[in-house]
Amino acid sequence: MGSILFQNVDKVFGPASSGVKALDNINLEIAEKEFVAIVGPSGCGKTTCLRMVAGFEAPSAGVISVSGKRVTEPGPDRAVVFQQFALFPWKTVRENIELGLRNKNLPAGERNTLVESALKLMNLETHADAFPHQLSGGMQQRVAIARAYVLDPDVLLMDEPFGALDAQTRVVMQEELVRLARVNPRTVLFITHAVEEAVYLADRVAIMTRRPGRIKEILDVRSIRQAENWDRFQKIEDVMDLESFVHLRTHIWKSLREEKGSQSI
Amino acid sequence: MNSTPLTWRETMAWGLLGVVLFLGLWSGLTTSGLVPRQFLPPPQEVASRFIQLLTSPFAGATLPQHLGSSFMRYAYGVLLAAAIGVPLGLLMGWFRLLDDIVTPIFDGLRFIAPIAWVPFAALWFGTGIGGPVMIIFAGAFPPCLINAYRGARFVEPRLIEAARMLGTGHARMILEILLPAAVPSIVAGLRVSAGLGWQSLVGAELIVAAAGVGFMMVQAQGSVQTATVMTGMVAIGIVGMIIDVLLRQGEAWLRRRRGLEA
Repeated sequence: MGSILFQNVDKVFGPASSGVKALDNINLEIAEKEFVAIVGPSGCGKTTCLRMVAGFEAPSAGVISVSGKRVTEPGPDRAVVFQQFALFPWKTVRENIELGLRNKNLPAGERNTLVESALKLMNLETHADAFPHQLSGGMQQRVAIARAYVLDPDVLLMDEPFGALDAQTRVVMQEELVRLARVNPRTVLFITHAVEEAVYLADRVAIMTRRPGRIKEILDVRSIRQAENWDRFQKIEDVMDLESFVHLRTHIWKSLREEKGSQSI
Repeated sequence: MNSTPLTWRETMAWGLLGVVLFLGLWSGLTTSGLVPRQFLPPPQEVASRFIQLLTSPFAGATLPQHLGSSFMRYAYGVLLAAAIGVPLGLLMGWFRLLDDIVTPIFDGLRFIAPIAWVPFAALWFGTGIGGPVMIIFAGAFPPCLINAYRGARFVEPRLIEAARMLGTGHARMILEILLPAAVPSIVAGLRVSAGLGWQSLVGAELIVAAAGVGFMMVQAQGSVQTATVMTGMVAIGIVGMIIDVLLRQGEAWLRRRRGLEA
């Protein structure tokens, strides 16, 4: 359970004949419990890739399947963490996390146990009855991650989840996500334009071209991480100092720079 | 608009000046003999008639009694409009098909003034409680429906996506996502509805045969008692203002509360 497959996926916005082609022949296979990050210049369609897996948008051509089933609509097997959190402002932290479980018609006792463990997992116990606006951005995103994790989804879809956070909070959340991935591994599709973040978090990094977005290159970070034993470090800055890390990062930077070059950004 | 902000006292003073000038002009026109009294009773005559009617009955009831029975009809009409308009608006905001079916009919019907329904209201629902309530309903219904619909339709798309991703069904989507998101818009609509419902009152009471401010005015008109007719107008204006002030305060209170929440 939990594989993601893009087969010859195109996406055209607007009418088929005169619309804008956003994605061109995307092929990507993400294995169960694998963490794949997609990086690319802004407007390349990386978020659209995620939105199609979520079922918010349909491909114009080709097929997207999750766990072997073709995606046709949104569902709790594919939990989404949005950049702008998308918490329900009129619901408390607990109610936000609980909604998906109520939709699954779980009995109250079971729901409570799951919500409590999700609160604990994200260090939110003391904020269970707060409303989202009473929390900092970082805390709000913790709630959104707890809301996704509690569903026990096959795949986790994260759309620039730390893009709206300040630099310090961002680092904390990145380390938190690595911790989560160890405690509770999931298939993750992670969209970002932050190169370090992608290298630090992902097993593989897919680099996209500018519009119409194509997958230009896929880098295997995991084999390097294992060979160089990155996991001996707790802190992101220590990993970021490693030569192997710097090398990968620079490679991706250059690849992205080529894409931006002709746009003179 | 000039930019110097006025203090609350200054605003009150200017407002009072406006009222005094208005009454002065009205009084001047009538007492000078320029306008015959039957045409336009002077303000002091209307005021004394108003005070008189507070205790002594005309057309079977005192002014407060007339206002009381008017208010009952009004409350039924507005509550009925809210009870049907708000849920229907939310449903239309969620189900595209319902929107497509209802909108063209509604867009046509809402331009028919409430008073145009008088003959049919009497025919269909009688002149007791049903007919007048229907006319008030006709006035109050459109804003209820339109505002609930817009509130539901323009919910932050991310919130809808988040709810769908969480597997939220139709009923829960409407009750727990669209409704709370639409509350500010719904409340604004209710305030407009309350105003339009009250405005429709006289039309509604043209066909009433028992009591009510509108009924009182029609009876007074029949015997050319212009001061009594104008007393009814003044009473309608005052009650309308009170309703509006109360609802504005309710709305402001709700905004403050939601401001703390959202």
